[in-house]
Amino acid sequence: MIRIGLIGLGKMGISHLAIVRSHPQVDLVAACDSNAYLTDVLAKHAGLKCYDDLDRMLAQEQLDAVIVSTPSKLHADMVGKALNKGLHVFCEKPFVLDLRDGERLVTLADQKRLVTQVGYHYRFVGAFQEAARIVRGGTLGEIHHVRAEAYGPVVLRPKGGTWRTAKNEGGGALYDYACHAIDTVGMVFDVPSAVGGVVVNRLFSRDVEDEIYCTMRFPSGASGQLAVNWSDDSYRKMSTRLTVWGKNGRLNADRQECQVFLREPHPSRPDLPKGWSVRYTTELTDEVWYYLRGEEYSAQIDHFVQRVANRQVEGINSFASAVATDRVVSMIRASELGDATWTGVEPAAEIPRLPSRPGFWDRLLGRETAGAR
Amino acid sequence: MDQASGRPMDRVLFGDNQFFGVNHMSEEKARAQQMRFQDLRSVIDVLDAAYQEGIRTFMCTTHDRVSEICDHFRANHEKYPDYVFYPCMPYAHKYANAVTEHGMIDALRMFLPDDGALGAMVKGGVALANKDVRAIMQLLIDAEMKMFHGLSTPVIFIQNIVTDLLLGIGMKDALKVFADHVRDKYKAEPGFITMNLPRLLDVLDELKIDNPIVCANINKIGFRMCGGVEAYEKTIATRRFRPIAMSVLASGALSPNEAIDYVCRQPKIESIVFGASSRGNIRQTKAIIDELSLPA
Repeated sequence: MIRIGLIGLGKMGISHLAIVRSHPQVDLVAACDSNAYLTDVLAKHAGLKCYDDLDRMLAQEQLDAVIVSTPSKLHADMVGKALNKGLHVFCEKPFVLDLRDGERLVTLADQKRLVTQVGYHYRFVGAFQEAARIVRGGTLGEIHHVRAEAYGPVVLRPKGGTWRTAKNEGGGALYDYACHAIDTVGMVFDVPSAVGGVVVNRLFSRDVEDEIYCTMRFPSGASGQLAVNWSDDSYRKMSTRLTVWGKNGRLNADRQECQVFLREPHPSRPDLPKGWSVRYTTELTDEVWYYLRGEEYSAQIDHFVQRVANRQVEGINSFASAVATDRVVSMIRASELGDATWTGVEPAAEIPRLPSRPGFWDRLLGRETAGAR
Repeated sequence: MDQASGRPMDRVLFGDNQFFGVNHMSEEKARAQQMRFQDLRSVIDVLDAAYQEGIRTFMCTTHDRVSEICDHFRANHEKYPDYVFYPCMPYAHKYANAVTEHGMIDALRMFLPDDGALGAMVKGGVALANKDVRAIMQLLIDAEMKMFHGLSTPVIFIQNIVTDLLLGIGMKDALKVFADHVRDKYKAEPGFITMNLPRLLDVLDELKIDNPIVCANINKIGFRMCGGVEAYEKTIATRRFRPIAMSVLASGALSPNEAIDYVCRQPKIESIVFGASSRGNIRQTKAIIDELSLPA
């Protein structure tokens, strides 16, 4: 049995609690959270041993691994403590807010040969895995453009007061939504090496962004676009979609399906004909031992458990892979803070109107513009 | 027999996923359905079509929009004298989005009744302070049931996201609280929706909830049947419970004939729930179920 401690009992923590506790190879030894209300209820009604202090839990319990599902600003410190204790770590996304912390933790885990994983669950969604096989297998030919989109109904009114709406705690649509879309791009195609044309905008939130748009550049020379908005209630829940264009066709993937259009059949995938083909989640999804809210949430925990059981340091969603995604998030943050470059006319209100020459149509029609003369 | 309606569960129950943009196969189809059913009239038209095909039970989530459907059925009782609702609570995204926005405890507070029922408010406040799970659950159930007032609700379900969460976390007693409250206050039979059928039955046995109504995915390809097709078949054949099959078409991965033939060959499945948007599909599916359900 793998002995696991759970740190943080928020929305993701509770979900992990249910999944981990039902895993046949896991002994969930204890959980830790500062919310005494919650830990009392779980201790009383679920017989869960609870701590309100991480150091005490780490000191008193014999653990093999921990799951960290606290607000993101706490990750670096808590993950560091666990690694220093020699524990394998599963950490929620986004991994860390400061890249230097991320790099330090990757090195620390490497030195200690510990298993690390971050909760980018889309990497366990059948349709995205199929998309990755098709793109990375060369079926679409040389990839020239990628579009990643994530929309959903999180902040719809000017209010709300959890850590998700506080930027320095890892809140905002960039950390909550965009990092999923970026990570999925990294999974299916490649990690962007540069971003530009960054738009980061507030709609309803006081302190954090609600929408993010940018252009991405990839090492191969391919380009991409990112569009994220968590204030869109035309969506019932978070919806992430990837579109990839290659010289031999195009692919759309979301949680439900993977649609492929091929200009010509490709030897890498003889099962995909010329033109459209669609594969659905029902055929792309492997069964899990326990289902709560999507196979991917169970599958990622099982992947972690199997890796810990086999001391397999390599695997899906390692800290190093998550740091690559964090790096893109940092690039977007940096551009938002003033590095963005724009080409074109400044907004009219900012500059005095200059007299302009009549345009082609005006001259043709014998008309002159208001500003002329 | 169910104590409230005095009739057994119907063989065919009508589901509501199609009305609320839930489609496990395609977001595009889900959106098209959302557009089509934006207008209450088009929802009622489909329910009417199903009623005319002999489907008298609507198994629905406690989505805000269901309250408009309830208003229609209350106002037109004479048109549907034998109509029953099987509420499935809660509509989970409502809670999940609130937790993201407000945090767990404040979200909980938001959903407890505050409509001037002083007694309920006091009870709610006291229950929160005492961490009285029983009282809180009862209040949440009552809040969800409000929209069905005056309608027949002989079976009341707890949605799989909550059933399976409580199952996974190990808060088994809460399932018992649900069953007791539904029986005592609503004179209804409790129903449990799950994706983890064998595991849930073990716990319901432990809680001494005898011969429970359990609604689970039952389909030929094993889609969302945790434990696998074989374990499900064995469970259905050997355990004491009243199964309702859902997702029989595995979200469209199977042809209706093949899919329903498989379900009807399983022993003692009492009901099959399906959703459809056209009269033609409703008639066809209902006819196949009726035909394959005839005693050999």
